[in-house]
Amino acid sequence: MSKKPLHIKTPVRYLINALLFAALLFGGRVLIAGGGVSPFYVGIVTLAGINIILAVSLNMATGYLGQLPLGHAGFMAVGAYASAIFMTRSGLDPAVAMPFGLLIGGLVAAIFGVLIGIPALRLKGDYIAIITLGFGEIIRIVLLNIDEVLGFPFTYGAASLKGIPETSTFFNTFLLVGVTCFAIHTLMKSRHGRAILSIRENEIAADSCGVNLTYYKVMGFTVSAFFAGIAGSLYAGYLGILNPSNFSFMKSIEILVFVVLGGMGSMIGSVLSATVLTILPELLRQFAEWRMIVYALLLILVMVFKPSGLMGRFDFSMGRMLENIINVLTGRKTLKGKGGKTNG
Amino acid sequence: MKKIICIVLVVMMAAALFVGCTKDDKKGEETIKIGILGPHTGELAVYGLGVKNGATLYLDQVNAAGGINGKMIEIIAYDQRGDDAEAVNAFNRMVSEGITGLIGDVITSNTLAVVAKATPINMPMITASATAASVTVNADGSVNTNVFRTCFIDPFQGMKMAEFAGEVLDATSAAVLFETGNDYAIGLKDAFVAKCGETGIEVVGQESYAKGDKDFKAQLTNILAAGPDVVFLPNYYEDNGLIVTQAREIGLNAVMLGGDGWAGITDYASAEDLEGSFFCSAYAPGSTELVRDFEARFIAANGEDTLNMFAATGYDAAMLLVAAIRKAEKSGSAPASDEYKQAIIDAIRSEGAGVVGVTSEGGYTFDEFNNPIKDAVIMTITDGKEVFYRMF
Repeated sequence: MSKKPLHIKTPVRYLINALLFAALLFGGRVLIAGGGVSPFYVGIVTLAGINIILAVSLNMATGYLGQLPLGHAGFMAVGAYASAIFMTRSGLDPAVAMPFGLLIGGLVAAIFGVLIGIPALRLKGDYIAIITLGFGEIIRIVLLNIDEVLGFPFTYGAASLKGIPETSTFFNTFLLVGVTCFAIHTLMKSRHGRAILSIRENEIAADSCGVNLTYYKVMGFTVSAFFAGIAGSLYAGYLGILNPSNFSFMKSIEILVFVVLGGMGSMIGSVLSATVLTILPELLRQFAEWRMIVYALLLILVMVFKPSGLMGRFDFSMGRMLENIINVLTGRKTLKGKGGKTNG
Repeated sequence: MKKIICIVLVVMMAAALFVGCTKDDKKGEETIKIGILGPHTGELAVYGLGVKNGATLYLDQVNAAGGINGKMIEIIAYDQRGDDAEAVNAFNRMVSEGITGLIGDVITSNTLAVVAKATPINMPMITASATAASVTVNADGSVNTNVFRTCFIDPFQGMKMAEFAGEVLDATSAAVLFETGNDYAIGLKDAFVAKCGETGIEVVGQESYAKGDKDFKAQLTNILAAGPDVVFLPNYYEDNGLIVTQAREIGLNAVMLGGDGWAGITDYASAEDLEGSFFCSAYAPGSTELVRDFEARFIAANGEDTLNMFAATGYDAAMLLVAAIRKAEKSGSAPASDEYKQAIIDAIRSEGAGVVGVTSEGGYTFDEFNNPIKDAVIMTITDGKEVFYRMF
């Protein structure tokens, strides 16, 4: 007698995930509040959270939409400066101003996403890489040179924008990591997400099926820029100081490395590689120059042996794993026949 | 096969996360930990390594002589690749490892990021190379009392040259020709004019030019008519070379003075025109007995590659910090405690005057903004060569 395999319904899956995430979040918070973790580790973990948002948002444009933007640091910079200028000028209590600051950072970056997306996405492949690369550099140089606007200090340019309230904590950073992953995940499971994936697979086929290419490309690009702006705002609130030199071309490459190493099109891959590649160089700090060699070697090894990235296009699903465990334990299913490539 | 390699890689990456988590085994004796922070890799490495090697040279020397009050110095040197976020992470790590003072950071923007984290915990820090005024003074005018430096800020050179003109050259009148829109030149010019006002030198002419100008005769003719004893040129060497040549052509024979932007001017004007001009600098290789001794020991330990101004000011920063720690040791509190850090900060101010540094034989005293009042190196030009004249 073969029983029908158990299937956990989507709302239940979301509930399980949300509860687990909340447990992790509050667990971490209690641990930090207890004072058992030094500020050094808290700082690195917070930075890892910011990098996760950057990687996951770039994965949207690179992994799901199939484009190759090299200007992610530019969106991050726009978001960081927009939010920092708001936070320092609004006169509101930092705790009250923070959600608005984040939203402003995200929205301004999204506006730039639309502005650059419309002309850029008429191009394909290498050309999009070049044009976004140029955009990122333009942003950096403009930020460097609009230190004063009409006699009022604006970005302070090379002198650094100082005194930004340090609002990015472990808790609110990881809350936003959760929100970002959830938002992008649900978007990709929706009708719009399928349209975006179809563009990646084959533009001509997608077009012939009635997918509005320009609309969905710009949409994917804008969502990606929005979350990069959020990450930029968190970055500003983490450092408390902003200097355009931190948003150079190398920063964009660093984010792209997170995505490529983790596997383009895999959210769990982006999360893992952003975490590891942020924490690893910090922990290897006592080995001075050698740590950069470890970093480089890791990239080479992964690219040689697994060119599609560590996770390929695989995505982890808590619900599916639970299903499998329960099914195997109750004898509804044997160990063979693992889950496919669905986003879960 | 690929799957296995992939799994091995994932395990390796995960394992690496725990590498740093092992606790340092506690040593029996108490040490004093000093952090050295800067870019030791990347395009700024030559500055960061200069500071690191210079400071390490002095600290090793102190350890070889028995340490401070019987306690050895433990150096914690971390690289930050010139990135603000890395600088802050490395600094936080040093703090969690119990440093009692910091030598660093190296370039201004990184230093500002570290200052933002160091000031709330009152961590004594001495930068050997960050020249921006904003490192020690905030926009609202408050001073970061825990931050010091051993390099001088740009306007300081203007002040020094005004004093030099009055005390050594006995000048009673001066003129200035500067580039508008150049922060460096304007900073020097303002400080020079202000100091002239204080010391009774009459400023008979302030002329300016725009970036890219090649003809300065109109301004120089005005200066010639005013007849000053000295002319101060706070610009970069290329412009200064043209100005000096044209000044001599129209018969302006006053003594020409300048800041460290003059270094390299001998390729831009003739030896006769430049003869007898003076400019100031922070460090003159091979100038005095003290400097030659430092250079010989530095080369023996690190080679010549990183022997630069940053090595010299880094060496002085270590010397200043050690002098302050010696004083703080007398307070009896434990290293890295709050009282100890405050004692160091107080001692940097009180003990600095007795520190005979490589770049300041007259010691380091600090003004109300924690900027050093120290010797400058006065260079002169003889036979078309930049020659050490004296410390001033």
